[in-house]
Amino acid sequence: MERVPILKIGETLFVSIQIDLQDESVIRLQEDLADELSVTGAHGVIIDITAVEIVDSFIGRMLTTIGSISRLFDAETVLVGMRPAVAITLTELGLSLSGVRTALNAEKGLEILNGKS
Amino acid sequence: MNIDGTNERMAAFLRDNRDKVAGRWCDLVVAGVRGRTSREEVRRELEDLYGLVVRVLSSADEHATGELTAALEELSRGRARDGFTPSETALGVFSLKEAVYELAADAADLVPEFLLFSRMVDDLGLRTFEAYSVAREHIISDQATSMLELSTPVVRLWEGIIAVPLVGTLDSARTQLVMEKLLDTLVATGADHAVIDITGVPTVDTEVAQHLLKTVSAARLLGAECTISGIRPQVAQTIVSLGIEFGDIATKATLADALALALRQAGLKVVPS
Repeated sequence: MERVPILKIGETLFVSIQIDLQDESVIRLQEDLADELSVTGAHGVIIDITAVEIVDSFIGRMLTTIGSISRLFDAETVLVGMRPAVAITLTELGLSLSGVRTALNAEKGLEILNGKS
Repeated sequence: MNIDGTNERMAAFLRDNRDKVAGRWCDLVVAGVRGRTSREEVRRELEDLYGLVVRVLSSADEHATGELTAALEELSRGRARDGFTPSETALGVFSLKEAVYELAADAADLVPEFLLFSRMVDDLGLRTFEAYSVAREHIISDQATSMLELSTPVVRLWEGIIAVPLVGTLDSARTQLVMEKLLDTLVATGADHAVIDITGVPTVDTEVAQHLLKTVSAARLLGAECTISGIRPQVAQTIVSLGIEFGDIATKATLADALALALRQAGLKVVPS
């Protein structure tokens, strides 16, 4: 199983998903991220999904879950770089990812987090 | 269908009376199309067909049938493109029968020949009809495609603000295209605000509203905010009476209002110079 690395930059955790997401890797990412948030006390999470081409309802739901978990650590989650096809798929699945903020790219995602703090 | 050389006799008859029959045929067709094609043009088309019909009847070579079918199909396609009605197109073939009948009526010994010939012309007429409708369907599908391409421009209003002016009835296929194009443009230009202007959309029913909502939530997933503008009074009444909720999506009366909102959200201010 491939793992997704979590990078800490200042007060922000940066996760760039560059693999084809499997259910286990997403669950693992969720666990790793929870650990990392409690250890570092970061206030923002940026998840970059530019390279993700396929999502299903499970992964869509896990993204929302990650957002909810982060909020428990007082951290805001910003999902960046979603592809149009992925957005259409998620909408067709009826997932609006409530509780997760979105931005077009990592730069705008950082602006959102910095504007907040 | 050839019994005891009846077709050959018919072919001989047609060959002998070529000028008379072809001339009459030409007259009938020209009268049928009511001056939309010149006599010379009709004459040229029919001369070719006439020659082919004679060749098919005299069973001289096996390619004649294929050539005749191809020529007829070509003619029907041309007629379909030029906006002739189906009956005008089919009449072009059927009037050959009439032209021959007028001449053959005097010759009583040509009855079996004429019956066989008439059946052949009927077949050709049906072939014409088929080719005509195929050509028409082609034209319709081509037009539908070009309309789909025409009808979905995405324009840039400002740095980071794009607009999609929608004109015409929205159906699933079109909305899908609009959605894809809008999202692609958002990603390509890095714009974070989109205005969907529905001034040109005559009716909004639950389905169209559903499509709009989907487009907006997909754009939100990308991190862009959408405003819907140009809702007409009747459309507003329909939306309310249908009980459609746009939720927290901003709606504005005009494109100008929507642009003003987008500028404000982008932290820009328009001041008189």
